[in-house]
Parts: sequence; structure tokens; C-alpha cells
Amino acid sequence: MYTQSFNVQDSPGQKPTAPAASNENPELQSRFDSRIDAEGKVEPQDWMPEAYRKTLVRQISQHAHSEIVGMLPEGNWITRAPSLKRKAILIAKVQDEGGHGLYLYSAAETLGVSRDQMLDGLHSGAAKYSSIFNYPTLTWADVGVIGWLVDGAAIMNQIPLCRCSYGPYARAMVRVCKEESFHQRQGYEALLVMMKGTAEQQAMVQDAVNRFWWKCLAMFGPPDADSPHSAQAMRWGIKRISNDDLRQKFIDATVPQAKVLGVSLPDPDLKWNEARQHHDYGAIDWNEFWATVNGDGPCNKERLATRVKAHNDGQWVRDAALAYARKQHQRAIKEAA
Amino acid sequence: MTIELKNWPLWEVFVRSKQGLEHKHCGSLHAADAQQALQMARDVYTRRQEGVSIWVLPSASITASAPDDKAEFFDPMADKIYRHPTFYEIPDEVGYM
Repeated sequence: MYTQSFNVQDSPGQKPTAPAASNENPELQSRFDSRIDAEGKVEPQDWMPEAYRKTLVRQISQHAHSEIVGMLPEGNWITRAPSLKRKAILIAKVQDEGGHGLYLYSAAETLGVSRDQMLDGLHSGAAKYSSIFNYPTLTWADVGVIGWLVDGAAIMNQIPLCRCSYGPYARAMVRVCKEESFHQRQGYEALLVMMKGTAEQQAMVQDAVNRFWWKCLAMFGPPDADSPHSAQAMRWGIKRISNDDLRQKFIDATVPQAKVLGVSLPDPDLKWNEARQHHDYGAIDWNEFWATVNGDGPCNKERLATRVKAHNDGQWVRDAALAYARKQHQRAIKEAA
Repeated sequence: MTIELKNWPLWEVFVRSKQGLEHKHCGSLHAADAQQALQMARDVYTRRQEGVSIWVLPSASITASAPDDKAEFFDPMADKIYRHPTFYEIPDEVGYM
């Protein structure tokens, strides 16, 4: 799971612009500011600036949508998993992603937005989700690489969110992070097994790494210089570490893991910089990233269509459950009378 | 609770993590009725044996203190330091008390 530090504008998908100046009640605003400065938490019933609420609704719902859409590329492989063991693991992982989406939708609902409004936003294409799911999962190695790199990047993003100033979001993230470690480890281990296999299996792993590496680096969001929202989100205690710093952390952590696995990372400029004590890396293709965010990735249409179909096909189940609950309720009233 | 809703109502979920501990609030979910809410709570909040018992109740049935009244509601307790054991000075030779 998978927020990009991604709090991009929802429809129309564009690069974010700088936030508008606040015209809130100055006394309430100053009380709120001092609470944030003191590392205090904000809870649902507390007063908060409208822009803070809106930012959280957008970020948490995008995060929730990402979890739910994230079930699709991996779900494609459940029936084709290479063994019963891997199938059971993958089912558990996909179920976790659904659970993470539910924790996050509940957290967003505490801000006064309904579950239906959020789902409408997703289904109409107005709301965004993490772009990484708009790429196809072509081979079984992709499932392993999603666990290792995509979930690995997500963990980097999510650990600081456990200290987010908004209580319900922070608590949801604590639960999510506890479960996320299983996701990354199962993916890495699946790849280790393949790397001990045939040359063809090894090539399959390398190919998956080559396709996903740059997309994972983009998951951390635009460079700090191009993310005007970041400073405000930092001020509010929603964001703790900048996009570029998280990206660097992820690269530094991943390089030794790739070495143990025996794969190369597809970046000729990737090398250790002794002076910086970090790895240098090549330029990310942001045009491709924004094109995918704005709907032109290889799987955007398919993912959304699958999601909408699942929701529509489930309508009769939701209706039937409500009708049953209503009938039981009326029967109980009649018996009591 | 109202049954005339179009959508599944919201429930609050409380989980007892092990025998001997209290039920603790852990989140909320939507479900058509209480039985379904229980089953869903099991799937959403106890996938790794985080609980031995679950309570669910309609979110609408909770009455909460208002954050705006925090001062009037809780401050009266702030100046009653004599309610704490450290308020009292006891000679050292008494030992632990």
C-alpha cells in the first residue's frame, strides 16, 4: 500500500498549485497552530482550518483508493500463483490491501465526507489514486517486485505518517505499517526463490525490476522544488519528511537488497557518493509520471472499469443485506408487540 | 437505529485483545446489521488474532463530550492536587507507603 507522498490535485488532474491564504477566525487559527507546534494531535470534533480538512480528505481518500485499486494488479495473479503456498500468501496480502482501504476510508469519514462521496469520486475518475497501479503485471515476478519495491516504497512513505497530526489517520497508519512488513518480505522472498531457479526465471525477475524501478522512484511524488503543497503539509504536521529525502532513503535502503538478490537496478547514474554519504541517481521522467496521473497510463481505463464493474455488480448484495436487516428489525418489533 | 437508510450504517468496533484486558476502540465500519458488523469487524480488525472478543455498536448511538466544552468540563479537576498521593509529605523513615 501505497500513498505517494502523493497529494495531487484531484480533477482536473494538474500539477498542484500553491494553497490559498487562510481567512479563518484568527483566534481559533492561532489555538490550532499552537497545538500543531506543540506536536499535539487533532481529533475529529476539534476545530480545524477548512484547508487542513480538505487536504486531509483528499490525501486520505487518495490513499484509500490506492489500496483498493492496488488489489487489482495482484488479484490478477491469484489464480495463476505457482503453488498453493504462494496463492495463500497472495490472497492474504490482497485481503490486507482491502483492509487498509477500509481503515483509511473510516479515517476520512471522520472529517465529514461520506463513503459514497469518496467512492463516487473514484468511480467518476475525479479522484486520484497511486499511479503505480496503472502499469500492468505481466509476469509472476511482477508480483514479487510489487511486494519488494512498491510496498517497500510505500513503507518509507507511511512510517512518517504514523506521526501525522490528525489522530484517526495516524492510528490507521500504525495498523497499516504493522501489516506492511509482511508484504515486503513475502515479495522479496518470492524473488529470492526465482533467482535460485533457471536462467529464464532470473531474467524474468530482472525484467520486472527494470520495468518497476523508475515508477517506484516516482511514487514519492514530484521533486521538492515542484511540490508547492509540501511546505503547508509540513507546517500542519501531515507530512514529516520531504519527497526527495524519502526517495533518497528508499534508494539507499534498496541498493544493498538488490545486491543480495543478484539483480541490477536500471540506472547507469546510480552510484555511491562518498561525500554525500548517499547514492546519486539519474533523472526521473516526470512527463511520463504526470501523463499517467492524468489518465494516460497503460492501465488507467482498465483499472477504473474493473473497479466500477465490481461496485455495480455488488449493488444487489448491498441492497439484499439492507432488506434482510430491515425485515429482521420489523419481525423483532412485531414479536415485542 | 434507523433502518430506512439507503446505505449501510456506520458501526464502531471495540476489540478485547486478550482475556483480562478491556475492550478498546479500534475503528469503524459500515454494515447492514449488527451480526454482519461483527463478522466484518472480525475480517477487518482481527486478521492476525488481534482479538478474543468484539463489540460493535451503531456510531449514531454514542454520546460524546463536546471539545468546545473541554475547559469547563475537565478543568475543575486541575486544581485538586490533594487527590494525588504526591501531595502528602511522609517522613523518609516510614519507607514505602
